[in-house]
Amino acid sequence: MAGKITFELVSPERLVLSKSVDMVIMPGSEGEFGVLVGHAPILATLDPGVVAVHDGGQIIDRIFVAGGFAEVTAERCVVLAEDATPVKNIDVVAAASALREAEAGTDQAALKLARARVAATQR
Amino acid sequence: MASLKDLRLRIRSVKSTQKITSAMKMVAAAKLRRAQEQAEAARPYAERMARMIATLGAGVSSDAPALLTGTGSDKVQLVIVATADRGLCGAFNSSIIRDARLMIRGLQASGKIVKLYCVGRKGRDGLRKEFGDIIVEQMELAGKKKLSFADANMVAQKVIALFDTRQIDSAHIIYARFRSAIAQTVTRQQLIPVPLPALDAGKASGGASALYEYEPDEDAILAALLPRNLSVQIYKALLENSASEHGARMTAMDNATRNAGDMINRLTLTYNRSRQAQITKELIEIISGAEAV
Repeated sequence: MAGKITFELVSPERLVLSKSVDMVIMPGSEGEFGVLVGHAPILATLDPGVVAVHDGGQIIDRIFVAGGFAEVTAERCVVLAEDATPVKNIDVVAAASALREAEAGTDQAALKLARARVAATQR
Repeated sequence: MASLKDLRLRIRSVKSTQKITSAMKMVAAAKLRRAQEQAEAARPYAERMARMIATLGAGVSSDAPALLTGTGSDKVQLVIVATADRGLCGAFNSSIIRDARLMIRGLQASGKIVKLYCVGRKGRDGLRKEFGDIIVEQMELAGKKKLSFADANMVAQKVIALFDTRQIDSAHIIYARFRSAIAQTVTRQQLIPVPLPALDAGKASGGASALYEYEPDEDAILAALLPRNLSVQIYKALLENSASEHGARMTAMDNATRNAGDMINRLTLTYNRSRQAQITKELIEIISGAEAV
C-alpha cells in the first residue's frame, strides 16, 4: 500500500468522519468510483448511495449519503454529503414505506433517493 | 407614603420577578451553549463549500447559472429578515427590524421594488404595520427545539423558486452576527447573485484548480452546488442568529436580575426606615401619653 488518504465526510450539521484510510468508494453521478492516495484531482457530484470506507483490507464504514459533492486531491478526499447516515442505522421499515410512497408519487428525485436507500440496506 | 403592607407586597413581587429573570438567564445560557456548538459543527461544511465554489468560480464561463451571475437587473430585491420568535431579549429584535426598515426605505427610495421574507415571528410583527403588503413569505421557527438544516433548506427552496420564476432579481438576508454573549452585530449579506470570494484568495488556495477534473462537467457541478450553497448560507445565518438571540437574552436577563436586586435593596431600606419611624412614633405617643397623666 502506497499510503493512506485523508478522508473527510461532512454533512451540513456536523463533521461526520475524518480519518486516514486506504480507499473510499463513492457513488458518483457518472458511476461509482474508488479513491486511493495519489488520485488525480477531481470534483464530482454524487448520487444517493453508499460511501464505503476501506481500511486494512476490509470495509470499516458504510455510510448512506443522499447525494452531495466530492473533492479529491492527491492526499485528501472531502465529501460534502446532503445527509449522511451509517447504513446500519437506516430504519429498514421506514425506508421501505418511503419507497412505496415515492413509487406512488411523481417526484423522480425522491424515487431515486428512496430506491437507493432501500438498496443500501439490502447489500 | 406607602404603607408597610404595600411595601412588603412590593418586595415580594419584585423577588418573584427576579426569580423568573434569573431562571430565564440560566436557560438562555444553556441554549446559547448549544447554539454555539451547533454553529461550530456546521462550520466545516460551509468552509469546504466556500473552497469548492472559489475553485469553480475562478474558471467560470459566461453562460454560468443565473444564481451566480444574477439576472442582469436589480429591480426587484428580496430581503430576508431573520429574527427571533420570542421577545425578552433586549434590543435584539428591534435592532434587526430597525436595520431592515432602513434598508427597505433606502432601496425603495432608489426606485427598487422590495419584497420581504420574514423568518421569525417578531420580525413579521414589527414590519407588518408598515410593510404588510410587501411581505411575500414568512416562516416561524416556534416550537422547534433545534434548528435543522431542513428548515434552512425550506427557506432556500422558496427563495430559489421565486428567483427561477423571475419574481426577484436579487436577495439579501439580514441577521445578527454572533460576536459574543454581549455583542451582536446586525449584518446584511448578499445571497443572490452569489458574491464570489475574493478572486486572489481563490487562486491562492486553489493554485491547482486548473488541474481539477470535473465529473460530470464544470457547469453541471456549479448548477448543483449553487442552490446548495444558498441553503448553507441561510443555515449559517439562522444558526448565528439563534446564538445571538440567546446571547442577547442572557445579557438582558442578567441585567434584569441585577436591577431587581437593586430594587429589592432600595425597597428594603425604605421598608426598614418606615418601620423604625412608625416604632419611634408609637413610642413618642406612649411616652407623651404617660407624661400627660
